Amino acid sequence: MLLVLLAIGLIYGAYDRPELFAQYIIIGVANGALIALIALGYTLVYGIVELINFAHGEVFMMGAYFALTVVATTGVTTEKGWLILAAAAILALLGSMVFSSAINWGIDRVAYRRLRHAPRLAPLICAIGFSFILQQMAVYWKGGNPLSPPALIPSEYRAYNILQEWFGLETRIRIRPLDLAVVLITIPLLILLQWFIQRTRTGKAMRATAQDRDAAALMGIDVNRAISIAFIVGGALAGAAGMIAVYYINSARPGMGFRYGLYAFTAAVVGGIGNLNGAVIGGFIIGIAWSLSDGFLKTYPGGHFSWWGAQWTPALIFGLLVVTMVFRPSGILGETTAEKV
Amino acid sequence: MTLLQLHDVHAYYGNIHALKGITIDVDQGEIVTLIGSNGAGKTTTLRTISGLMHPRSGAILLNGARIDATQPHDVTRLGIVQSPEGRRVFSRMTVLENLEMGAFVHGKADPNDLNRVFDLFPRLKERESQKAGTLSGGEQQMLAMGRALMGKPQILLLDEPSMGLSPILVEGIFSIIQEINAQGTTVLLVEQNALMALTVANRGYVLQTGEIVLSDTAENLRKDESVRKAYLGE
Ligand SMILES: Nc1ncnc2c1ncn2[C@@H]1O[C@H](COP(=O)(O)OP(=O)(O)OP(=O)(O)O)[C@@H](O)[C@H]1O
Ligand SMILES: [Mg+2]
Repeated sequence: MLLVLLAIGLIYGAYDRPELFAQYIIIGVANGALIALIALGYTLVYGIVELINFAHGEVFMMGAYFALTVVATTGVTTEKGWLILAAAAILALLGSMVFSSAINWGIDRVAYRRLRHAPRLAPLICAIGFSFILQQMAVYWKGGNPLSPPALIPSEYRAYNILQEWFGLETRIRIRPLDLAVVLITIPLLILLQWFIQRTRTGKAMRATAQDRDAAALMGIDVNRAISIAFIVGGALAGAAGMIAVYYINSARPGMGFRYGLYAFTAAVVGGIGNLNGAVIGGFIIGIAWSLSDGFLKTYPGGHFSWWGAQWTPALIFGLLVVTMVFRPSGILGETTAEKV
Repeated sequence: MTLLQLHDVHAYYGNIHALKGITIDVDQGEIVTLIGSNGAGKTTTLRTISGLMHPRSGAILLNGARIDATQPHDVTRLGIVQSPEGRRVFSRMTVLENLEMGAFVHGKADPNDLNRVFDLFPRLKERESQKAGTLSGGEQQMLAMGRALMGKPQILLLDEPSMGLSPILVEGIFSIIQEINAQGTTVLLVEQNALMALTVANRGYVLQTGEIVLSDTAENLRKDESVRKAYLGE
């Protein structure tokens, strides 16, 4: 009911203040890309071992810290040429992808794999345990306070509007280089993932394992290896998201994995857990809902929502989760015949 | 020459003693059948051979080498390929992808094998790009067998290939089993349809609550009083 009201308010708002609306959509898309990357990790792992990897948000957080560390270690500053800056960014991206995938792989190898035949609750509790362990490791490593990453984007480009500067549009809608970068990193990763899962031998082995583990083993597929790869790929995507997040929100803190993790988990469920395309769609839905709720909703319609603010965002997002669970428990794309992992 | 040997194999599900000392030999080139009523342990025997579960005691040998501690994917690699009970095709993959998965151990699907499977099961050729989950039961059974053949088995383990099929299809499946065997693949066939199984097999074992109670040539088993009573419905 509330959601319907919100939707009406939004449509009215979009009609009334299109530029502002578009602006929040842009922010939402960038946020959504980030959430989608994390959500894919939940869905990949769930698809293959039916485990909600509650430590996944923290794997993402560790990626954020590692990205920040890599950039700090290279010592680049924004006075350097853009090539060097780009190289540092790519290094940090790859570094955090490797780092997070190693953590995710390690957790599975050390713990979950031993619990493969245990009751479902055992690995789940174990995952929650790892989530705390990783948070505390981050506190020990970098302290509990938020850290800002070393700048990679020269200050004059931070507020630079691509629409105006490149296309000469007279508009108040702003797309910053940062917004563009988020999408430019995410899209190739999504395409690469799709190709990997759908076309490669290893990807097909993972899909087979997800569908029927014993039958896959009978085909000569090393099931444990296929599962490890799911953790590695999921971890790599979380690491990439970590790198993006640390620059997009310009800070990292040990608790950051909690909120992003929960939102991404919600995105995976809303999209249909186990379904890769679903995770991406869910990610964008949650990202946009988040952005609109944080900034746009309170402005419309006619001030009736003036009490709305960022404090209501979790309620809205988990409201989406509840609505999904009630009306479409298998998620948007989660039909029985849908293409899972 | 003995290709596959089970020697005094005991296997458990938790505390349930499912196999109580199974001894089976399968020679190169044979069709051997394992018959028995529900819950006798036929599927368990095949799962144990394939390495999906490991015996608590006893030995399994392939060409004289122990394989009872081998992981299932390595058992397949060694040439023991199973078409499991209930078909277990990858329902969200196409027919062709399923066949490719069958050839997983060889990297790429061998076009000769693919042609051979399509010759045996022309229906699969027509349904090449259809999702396996949308196939009929009989077609899924063909796919499960074709998929196993793609692994170039030395020995093919078939778990109730006739289950749920119409009498005409059953005939077809059994003649294809004979054809596969004639092309050089050894077959270990688990069946509830004892009559058909004993018609195509060279030898048979009768399994009862985890124990082999009879073993003989298929012909003798077909004539055996107790077998006729218990399994041939006479
Ligand atoms: N996963 C399991 N957990 C516990 N017990 C099991 C399990 N699978 C099989 N069993 C038991 O082991 C025994 C042998 O089962 P199995 O599946 O091998 O029989 P089967 O001969 O293949 O029967 P069917 O003809 O019905 O397929 C049965 O008593 C069965 O209840
Ligand atoms: Mg059985």
